[in-house]
Amino acid sequence: MSLTGSTRRFSPLVPQENAGQFFSSGHTNNWAVLVCTSRFWFNYRHVANTLSVYRSVKRLGIPDSHIVLMLADDMACNHRNPKPATVFSHKNMELNVYGDDVEVDYRGYEVTVENFLRVLTGRLPPSTPRSKRLLSDDRSNILIYLTGHGGNGFLKFQDSEEISNVELADAFEQMWQKRRYNELLFIIDTCQGASMYERFYSPNLMALASSQVGEDSLSHQPDLAIGVHLMDRYTFYLLEFLEDIHPSSKANMNDLFKVCPKSQCVSTPGHRTDLFLRDPGSALITDFFGSVRKVEITMETINLTEPIHSFR
Amino acid sequence: MAAHRCSLSALLLIICSLLVFIVADSEKATLTGDHHATAVDNLQTVTETEEGAAAEEPAVEEERRWEETVVEEATADKEDTSAPETVVQSSVPQPKDDFQEELVIRPLHSGDIYASFQFRTLWETDFMRGNKVSHYRLFPKSLGQVISKFSVRELHISFTQGYWRTMQWGQPFLPSPPGAELWVWFQDSVTDVDGTWKELTNVLSGIFCASLNFIDSTNTVQPSASFKPLGIGNVTDHRFLRYATLPREIVCTENLTPWKKLLPCGSKAGLAVLLKSEKLFHSSFHSQAVHIRPVCQDWQCKTTSWELRQTLNVVFDLHTPGQGKLEWSLFKMFSRTLTEACPLASSSKIYIDITDDPQGEQFEVSPATHLLSQAMVLGDRRTFSVYDLTQQITFGTVRSLNLLIRWKSSEGDMLRPLLHAERYVAGYGLQTGEIHTLMYNNHPYRSFPVLLLDSVPWYLRLYIHTLTVTSKGKDNKPSYIHYQPSKDRVRPHLLEMLVQLPPNSVTEVTVQFERALLKWTEYTPDPNHGFYVGSSVISSLVPSIVAMDTNSTREQPLFSSFFPCKEESSYFMRVYTEPLLVNLPTPDFSMPYNVICLTCTVVAVGYGSLYNLLTRSFQIEEPSPGLAKRIANIIRKMRGVPPL
Repeated sequence: MSLTGSTRRFSPLVPQENAGQFFSSGHTNNWAVLVCTSRFWFNYRHVANTLSVYRSVKRLGIPDSHIVLMLADDMACNHRNPKPATVFSHKNMELNVYGDDVEVDYRGYEVTVENFLRVLTGRLPPSTPRSKRLLSDDRSNILIYLTGHGGNGFLKFQDSEEISNVELADAFEQMWQKRRYNELLFIIDTCQGASMYERFYSPNLMALASSQVGEDSLSHQPDLAIGVHLMDRYTFYLLEFLEDIHPSSKANMNDLFKVCPKSQCVSTPGHRTDLFLRDPGSALITDFFGSVRKVEITMETINLTEPIHSFR
Repeated sequence: MAAHRCSLSALLLIICSLLVFIVADSEKATLTGDHHATAVDNLQTVTETEEGAAAEEPAVEEERRWEETVVEEATADKEDTSAPETVVQSSVPQPKDDFQEELVIRPLHSGDIYASFQFRTLWETDFMRGNKVSHYRLFPKSLGQVISKFSVRELHISFTQGYWRTMQWGQPFLPSPPGAELWVWFQDSVTDVDGTWKELTNVLSGIFCASLNFIDSTNTVQPSASFKPLGIGNVTDHRFLRYATLPREIVCTENLTPWKKLLPCGSKAGLAVLLKSEKLFHSSFHSQAVHIRPVCQDWQCKTTSWELRQTLNVVFDLHTPGQGKLEWSLFKMFSRTLTEACPLASSSKIYIDITDDPQGEQFEVSPATHLLSQAMVLGDRRTFSVYDLTQQITFGTVRSLNLLIRWKSSEGDMLRPLLHAERYVAGYGLQTGEIHTLMYNNHPYRSFPVLLLDSVPWYLRLYIHTLTVTSKGKDNKPSYIHYQPSKDRVRPHLLEMLVQLPPNSVTEVTVQFERALLKWTEYTPDPNHGFYVGSSVISSLVPSIVAMDTNSTREQPLFSSFFPCKEESSYFMRVYTEPLLVNLPTPDFSMPYNVICLTCTVVAVGYGSLYNLLTRSFQIEEPSPGLAKRIANIIRKMRGVPPL
């Protein structure tokens, strides 16, 4: 059970002396928004990218109700897939990242720039079901992962429209002003991905990209049976790194920055931490990829007489 | 005086008798209130006969019902001290729900194998009339809340991948069109049906992880005759019916996952352990559906329950060319074997259709079973071998059941299905076309009527004056036509016809259309794939070979009790045609970019040159002199002499 909703009026069952320490950790719940923006069979690798991050995030504890998964096309049950209901990350076909327990919230034609921005900012029509909403509050750590085809300052959605880095930065600023996140980790795996985080200006954002401006992100390797490239290099090595992380791991963001050096990735991955108020070395991987909840149960009733100040 | 006393005593006597009467009544209530639901029913009938006032009956019945619960608790308290076991019996309300699961395996003549799962939950409860249902046991809470919030009377939703080939596979137990199909009957109490329909589709899209939110007024119709309620209810007002299909909808594991989570045992026990997506989607046909409807519990229909059926039909074609013998097993089909029945199920059975092979010449089933069952299904009497999973003996010594069906010979023809249909688009070019629907009646001497429902999107403009219906070369006038023309971007065409199909014939329905030009924002991201037209629905009462069973409340296998049977000589059948894929004239979307580039270049070069020509003026400029000359000029200026 996650503790969402207003934070200042917590139940008086928390021991008063630990209450301050309780709020000093920063976040109380985790959300993930994972988006694949490409359509057509030859963009199989983008769906595999998104599903491998989905798989890691689920394995480390974030439940389906807190994950908004957007896949622009269906690869698993595509008629060209020689192994239906599977999406593989490597040609040895050991790891089926699609799995048997997957819930896709936005699929096919629903993955549009408008829907993506509405999910981020929360401005959805009232009849939208809960599974399609990002119901985060100001104590949520959100992981946002985008993959697809991109260029200098834009990301292409479904071969028909684009989202620019200015729009994305403004959406994050809206989220900040509406108190929709505590800390946000933004990962993008496209060509010239670093251009997408150049324009960010809201606090508490950390961004990673698979390549710098002017560079292309390359795919890993093709599989001759399936006939397409299975995964992109950056996410492939990211998945390898995340497979070693478990829910109680103490690995921090500095380890994440070292994933996929130029020798493996051919492109130069970049990151941006100037807007992040904490030291990246003190931010754990599980702060964003996992869902570690701090719950203390007590049988006593405590009256909170003074307001609790959070220590960030 | 004596008369007064007499009348007084008479009055007292009457009052006393009344009091006794009332006390006896309440005593009856306390006595019978101890028992379970059936006793409650008895008391209801007793009170009904006692009261007799029709107008007050419902209110009084409810009052009595509420009274009984109070009395139950009172007796529970009283008996607390005396007998603990009866307290447990009477204080916990007996759940009136029941879960059954079954799997039917039918080897088909083409060598394929057809497996049909049905999971049924029956619950005696009332979602309507303001009752707040909060204690859910076997019935999934998400669907219960949907029913009560949107005042749904019947809900039928199906997700299908692939097309059912009637000529090769025969008739399915539960037909479904490719893509997603949703039809709902709302209760009479709903005031804004369209608004409720929109909200319902959004909620269902969240529950089943499907893009059902694309259902809007442009693909929703109100059929007037084709989709009558399958449960109880004699409503004829089709304002409360909505029908929509999404032929483009893809079905994959993300639709199966929430579907499995609705089952009481999930996918952990019982027949649902066989539902592994890697095998289910590697098939020729896969269809999963949810059907919710109110049904009668008994022949007189005094009590009604809500029935939830989850069905999954799949056709496997594991043909291995070059191999003479075909062998099927549960492990080969589903990559799992069965180890136990669902503990919450009252019945868990597997039926294997052996009608085509009574002597065991065509195929052999192992492990053998002596349980046989006959059922009237699809107008025919079929024989089945039954495996009862609630009996431990079915699993044998290895404690796992892996049914094996070995084909011995592959001869024999399949009986041609009595009704089947085809549809295709004729014509050439991107302007006009023609839709042809063919309906085949393969009965040698009987003719029967069929209801054809066609829902065509607005961007194919039908010319209804070109509608022709011909059978055996002659014109066949339909006895009932309901046509609702389309409105651009608001609603689609709806065409419903009642056509009498002559025996042993093909009936062809043709209508011409024109393709509309869409606005550039209305095209999908992949417009060259084409645009889908949903399947036509053909509903009919087909004459049956054997007398059908009209008593729907009798105990019978689930696969034979889905469609209600009103008469013995015919059975209900629904056939879906193929969906159509038409190309609409598609613009070149890169042209705006090209035009802007070209125009800007032309304007820049043309205007720029003209501007320069008109406004440029030439001036002669002397080159600057050398240093010596400049010094000499300065000295000459000082002397007042003209420079060099």
